[in-house]
Amino acid sequence: MMDTTQRFAVLAALGGAALLSGCSSWRLPSLPEPWVKPYERERLADPIMKPGSDGLAARHREHVLVVREAARGANSAQGGGCGCN
Amino acid sequence: MAAIELRGMPGLWQRIAGLFGSLLAMGGAKAIELPEDRAEGLYHLYKGGGVTADGPALLVRKSLADKVSLSGSYYVDAVSNASIDVVTTASKFKETRKAYDFGVDYAYRDSLMSLGVYRSKEPDYQADSVSIDVAQEVYGNMTTVALGFTRGVDKVLKAGEPSFSDSAKHWQYRLGITQVLTPRLLGSANLEVVSDDGYLGNPYRVARVFGASVPERNPRTRTSRALKFKLIGDLGERNAARVEYRYFWDTWDIKAHTLEAGYSRYVGNDWLADGFVRFYKQGQALFYSDNASSETLYLSRNRQLSDFRSFGLGGKLSYTAKRVPGQYELKIVGSIERIRFNYGNFTDIRTRKAYDFDANLLQLYVTATF
Repeated sequence: MMDTTQRFAVLAALGGAALLSGCSSWRLPSLPEPWVKPYERERLADPIMKPGSDGLAARHREHVLVVREAARGANSAQGGGCGCN
Repeated sequence: MAAIELRGMPGLWQRIAGLFGSLLAMGGAKAIELPEDRAEGLYHLYKGGGVTADGPALLVRKSLADKVSLSGSYYVDAVSNASIDVVTTASKFKETRKAYDFGVDYAYRDSLMSLGVYRSKEPDYQADSVSIDVAQEVYGNMTTVALGFTRGVDKVLKAGEPSFSDSAKHWQYRLGITQVLTPRLLGSANLEVVSDDGYLGNPYRVARVFGASVPERNPRTRTSRALKFKLIGDLGERNAARVEYRYFWDTWDIKAHTLEAGYSRYVGNDWLADGFVRFYKQGQALFYSDNASSETLYLSRNRQLSDFRSFGLGGKLSYTAKRVPGQYELKIVGSIERIRFNYGNFTDIRTRKAYDFDANLLQLYVTATF
């Protein structure tokens, strides 16, 4: 017996194959030219656009929060350890 | 029909290959940059809920031949602990945690490859990990795709009980995309999946059943996912603003929302001021109970797994003390943040009221980039 996830995967694969084979004129959309040129990125490179870029301070804050909250991950700073209550 | 499908497929693959090829090839004149050479010295302090943790931290980063950058850091947490868990079940204690890490970054054209090792050590807990990360700039350097993996192993001991020894293993998988949206706006999306296997509790903590204390019993596996979206924009007139949202969910049935927003502005030539707010809210784990009314296989009264919300408000001031263009820059930075924690289902057994507390975070540091 297939579980729900497997059934969903098979249906998605069949649907995808039907879509691709059914339309001989199907095209992947072409990407527009990159619209922000390197010389237009001066403002993006300013330190004001990287507020959490000081490594040690970011790591300290991340550690303080991660040992008190259940949520973790998807932040740039790395860390570990117990920091038990 | 089958023949049409077979004839159609090479065309499709060509188109896909062409799309990726054009992503990589589009205007790749500017190669990825190695992190800046820097030295940082930090004093950090956390004070709240009966816990004081402070100490110094140092970081040095230096590049070699514009291809490789080496970094090393040392971090000390001197903890004096009289938290509610400690004062209601044991006695106040002090301990020190030390963490070290070493990393190598290698830049080749539009790719940055990073390898890092990390160790955190305290008398009854040791955590070791190895990380590998790859970042690739594509689409005329407008898009950065980052992939990362960390493998960690922890050793858990219990003071005063030499027979207790356990371990935990961790796997972290990261995927991130940063996109230049306009000459003034950056957007990013990050996904991280973490899986744990082993001892995931605290050997000192107790749970409550009918008001009586029993050792906590946590599951030995957990998988969590976190998805974060961030926007940061230059508002002109030397002002910038940012907003980010993270959704977290795991196999212990905890769901959490984090919303953070900040505003930065230059004041004169040498000062940069930053203000930020943070809202956090989580639901409790399936097996969390403030005071259980039945015996279950898993049981915890860890308030980190309970229903709570927190609100943080902070400010940072950065002063450029010395600037020699093309040579070096010296900054002095101070940051302070106040966080209020409000627990929805954790009783302070001394007062029989829902527990809450305020905490303060202080960071003072000097950064030299050269």
